[in-house]
Amino acid sequence: MSLTGVTTEGAAGAAAAVLAVRCRALTKHYPAKTGPVRAVDGLDLEIRAGECFGLLGPNGAGKTTTIEILEGLLAPTSGDVEVLGRRWGRHDDDLRQRLGISLQETRFPEKLTVFEVLSLFRSFYARGQDPSEVVASVGLTEKSSAWVGKLSGGQRQRLAVACALVGDPELLFLDEPTTGLDPQSRRQLWEIVRAFGRLGRTIVITTHYMDEAERLCDRVAIVDRGRVIALGSPAELIASMGGAHVVEFACAPGAPLAPADLAALPAVQGVAASGTETALTVSEPHVAIPALLELLHAHRLELGRLTTRHVSLEDVFVHLTGRHLRDDDASPA
Amino acid sequence: MTTHHPLRELTLARVREFLREPEAVFWTYGFPLMLAVGLGIAFRDRPVELVHVDVQAHARAPEVAARLASRDGLAVTVRGAAECRDRLRLGKSSLVVVPGDPVTFVFDPSRPESVLAREQVNDVLQRAAGREDPIPTADTRVTEPGARYIDFLVPGLLGMNLMSGSLWGVGFVIVDMRVKKLLKRLAATPMTRADFLWSIAGGRLLFMIPELVVILGSGVLLFGMPVRGNLLAVLALALLGAGAFAGLGMLVACRAQRIETVSGLMNAVMVPMWLLSGIFFSSERFPDLLQPLVQALPLTQLNDALRAVILEGASLASQLWRMLALAAWGAVSFVLALRWFRWS
Repeated sequence: MSLTGVTTEGAAGAAAAVLAVRCRALTKHYPAKTGPVRAVDGLDLEIRAGECFGLLGPNGAGKTTTIEILEGLLAPTSGDVEVLGRRWGRHDDDLRQRLGISLQETRFPEKLTVFEVLSLFRSFYARGQDPSEVVASVGLTEKSSAWVGKLSGGQRQRLAVACALVGDPELLFLDEPTTGLDPQSRRQLWEIVRAFGRLGRTIVITTHYMDEAERLCDRVAIVDRGRVIALGSPAELIASMGGAHVVEFACAPGAPLAPADLAALPAVQGVAASGTETALTVSEPHVAIPALLELLHAHRLELGRLTTRHVSLEDVFVHLTGRHLRDDDASPA
Repeated sequence: MTTHHPLRELTLARVREFLREPEAVFWTYGFPLMLAVGLGIAFRDRPVELVHVDVQAHARAPEVAARLASRDGLAVTVRGAAECRDRLRLGKSSLVVVPGDPVTFVFDPSRPESVLAREQVNDVLQRAAGREDPIPTADTRVTEPGARYIDFLVPGLLGMNLMSGSLWGVGFVIVDMRVKKLLKRLAATPMTRADFLWSIAGGRLLFMIPELVVILGSGVLLFGMPVRGNLLAVLALALLGAGAFAGLGMLVACRAQRIETVSGLMNAVMVPMWLLSGIFFSSERFPDLLQPLVQALPLTQLNDALRAVILEGASLASQLWRMLALAAWGAVSFVLALRWFRWS
């Protein structure tokens, strides 16, 4: 980004200059026996410089295809991509120098040490960080001279991020960096990502963990079937649900409550019933719950379970698609 | 800290990975040595074979047998008439001598060793009876190093090893990196394609040098094989051969997605050359019809050039056409590999 460009091009130029990534009408089709699979199907994104941007969606939503197109590793079927004001195919060398990339799955050479792998990756970049500093910044100093084959899953993932950081990138792409890691390793990785974000650099991260997106990302695009179905800060997306809390309860089978009765309760913004389970989106639980209990009492219904929690991005996703984010707890509506 | 050139770092990574893999080191260096020793023992020069001569039982038989036994290379026994004929018929002896007047030689003139035995035995008996040779003669025996089977074999093993080492060392490594998505990760850095491919080829040429030393050294030290040509010429041929096969290795690996695929492709490349390129026996034994194919194979050219330089002391200049053929194989493979190469 050149500052002179901002002054000469005016307001429109300034707006464009603060975008790290822009893509329009992006599509990627793969041939298949049953006709082309549309992995990305008309996707638009504008990622601002300096933000941590999350692509959130279930497996197979097109997140990895999208991020690999942005990384210049896949060619889109159609659409327009601009990264750091440059284009793939014309400015590849310049872009490669300025991007840090961690792929979904990379097995680094098992018989090289952590330090050797980082020195190797450092040698590809014209400028960058000292490998030993990067090793320290991802908390692998003690493992610096250990073979990659001896590292735990979390340590390997931190090494992958270190390889992305060693060229001192302006824009960092992380494709599911915490998938399959234990909670402690995930938290360690989040800290590394946050530290990079504090330098004012841009991060694009894909994940299917909603809590990860909520904690790390300034803005999130929820992706489903190759399209963006919701976009905004986690707080905005949650606010779009109407209330900040969810009250879930279950009753013994019997005369069901009419959804209209539930919706009429004070502070209730939304009702979603499935079987004996009912979920209410609620602005003030301390107002809604006593009213709910009275209603149940009036209908002589026995309360089986009652829980209350904050609205999450998972609720937003379920609300938008009727499906859950994760395959393992998928329950089609 | 000082940052190094990517080619240096990539090559260093290759060398480290190789040296830290004991199995790779064994198959590269230990295996050809064992093969050379094993084949050398199996095909070592045999002692001069004894000629078996039976003397048929007779009053003068012991006297005749004693005279014949004094000559080196004859194994003489006295046996009954029937037994003598049986042994001759079964090939256990080459000649039956029936003492008497005249002395009768019983033999099969279609068997060369029988004819030789007859001449030898006749010679001994005539001299013992007082024959004088009018011309004095002397023998000079030649069993020359450089003309034995083991001498033929060692350059062939060297060529074979340069081929399989380069194909495996390049093809396997590239596909392994593709399977591990490491190639894709490298493609996401500013690393250049040329630096990457040169590091793979360069690593291979480095590992080749100890291989050359092990195989040539075992030939010279264990079997007394002569190296008549210039050692630098041998090194140059080995580098050229290893380079040409490294190019072929890149070609077979340029798109393969799985280790099984590249293994199959490498065998498809290597098996015809194992058979046709004159490793264990001269490729000239194949019929004329096959010769254009045989001569077109890079290993044939490499083996013939290695044998010419090592065994005949030929100059590098005299092997120019063979070297050009090898270089052409390497260059064409490399260019095609570069064009078709897939990072993921």
